[in-house]
Amino acid sequence: MIHCYKLGGLNIVLDVYSGSVHLVDEVAYDIISMYETETLEQITEKILAKYGALPDVTAEEIKACFEEIGELKQAGKLFKEDTFKPMAGDLKQKSAGIVKALCLHVAHTCNLNCSYCFASQGKYHGDRAIMSLEVGKRALDFLIENSGSRRNLEVDFFGGEPLMNFDMIKELVAYARKREKEANKNFRFTLTTNGILVDDEVIDFANREMSNVVLSLDGRKEVHDRFRVDYNGVGSWERIVPKFQRFVEKRGNKNYYMRGTFTHANPDFVKDIEEMLSLGFTELSMEPVVCAPDDPSALTEQDLPIVLEQYEKLAFLMLDCIKQGKPFTFYHYMLDLKSGPCIYKRISGCGSGTEYMAVTPWGDLYPCHQFVGEERFRLGNVWTGVENTAVQDEFAACNVYTRPECENCWAKLYCSGGCAANAYHATGSVNGIYSYGCELFRKRMECAIMLEAAKTVGK
Amino acid sequence: MKRIQTLDTKNLCESAKNGGCGECQTSCQSACKTSCGIANQECENADK
Repeated sequence: MIHCYKLGGLNIVLDVYSGSVHLVDEVAYDIISMYETETLEQITEKILAKYGALPDVTAEEIKACFEEIGELKQAGKLFKEDTFKPMAGDLKQKSAGIVKALCLHVAHTCNLNCSYCFASQGKYHGDRAIMSLEVGKRALDFLIENSGSRRNLEVDFFGGEPLMNFDMIKELVAYARKREKEANKNFRFTLTTNGILVDDEVIDFANREMSNVVLSLDGRKEVHDRFRVDYNGVGSWERIVPKFQRFVEKRGNKNYYMRGTFTHANPDFVKDIEEMLSLGFTELSMEPVVCAPDDPSALTEQDLPIVLEQYEKLAFLMLDCIKQGKPFTFYHYMLDLKSGPCIYKRISGCGSGTEYMAVTPWGDLYPCHQFVGEERFRLGNVWTGVENTAVQDEFAACNVYTRPECENCWAKLYCSGGCAANAYHATGSVNGIYSYGCELFRKRMECAIMLEAAKTVGK
Repeated sequence: MKRIQTLDTKNLCESAKNGGCGECQTSCQSACKTSCGIANQECENADK
């Protein structure tokens, strides 16, 4: 399968199953699009009719190009057949029984009251709660016990607002540092915060212990303060921005992301990216809101073309910034064509419900943070492990080849079939697809590949 | 004339042979939390 598209003045041909990317001129672009269905004679006739006025487009040239395409096909770099499908189940089985990442819900409560929050202000449709140190320690022990030979173990301090349980986080990290030496593991922690409780102690601790911090900022003040308000309805932008600037300044070269959400109220989110840049932030992520379709903040069909155009605009902004010597990172455009993920990762996806689970303040296990509160999906708990094997099996069997809608999608090895939670909320099945999200994802991948191609050719 | 430029990319078929070490980051542990994109994850296979 190939995907041919034009963006940023480049003609791009992606060969899906080899992962090869080709930059081609107009003539080759047209020949490739006809190669599998027409003869050389038919192609020559059509190409000469379209480009014959150009001095370098002759029958000999067309034949040479046709032969070059044949050589690429022979080398497995064009029209590569799908050899992965038969092994998809086996590849995913490589991780069977292994847990390597936990999302720790250390606080099911929040000091902000954002109406668009998928976690319903941190409560996940349940009671407010704080995770005890005992539950936290048991969760880490559960992770170590079930991690097999995996050395790198990931733990995300999540909420609600995790800093509302900061004392426990500090004690738990100290416990983890002791346990990782005993067990020959390497804990990588992430903290996701709304910034309200960030102070110098938090900054110093996080910059020492957290591999990554995710700082929630929606961009422009009026955009951010539309949703991200406290319980008095007062916007949080002015309180958090100086704290985040200090946080990032003191973080040096350690990973962080400014993570925004865009909604129906700001489909023109590139302006929010520009605001983040003007505030001095360079590691950026901007996510489409996840909410019920009847929620006023939900993205609509009318928003879709605007959002798609914004993704292209963002890609061009990135190229401009590179030329100006002020590059920045956009999470969804990070793409390493040379040493990115292997086919196993591309088929199996995020590992929700198998390699990756969420832990509630009470120690219950769920397939991921987005399923917390959905009783049907409760897997078990950190003391007795996974008991609901039927649900775990459902997730374990889930891969890019189990979703019929993905079969003819060129982007399937970049999204692994998409997010199970998004699919469930859109279709009622974790094996469904969230087609609106697919549209956005495909555009993001087109932009990401174009950016890598443009950087390669110095455009 | 050269009409096709092939970029240097990872060979996915080759990666089936020694891939799957599982040491790379879980995609949702980074910045998104509400979507699945694995293409931006860095390979950490020591034997690659």
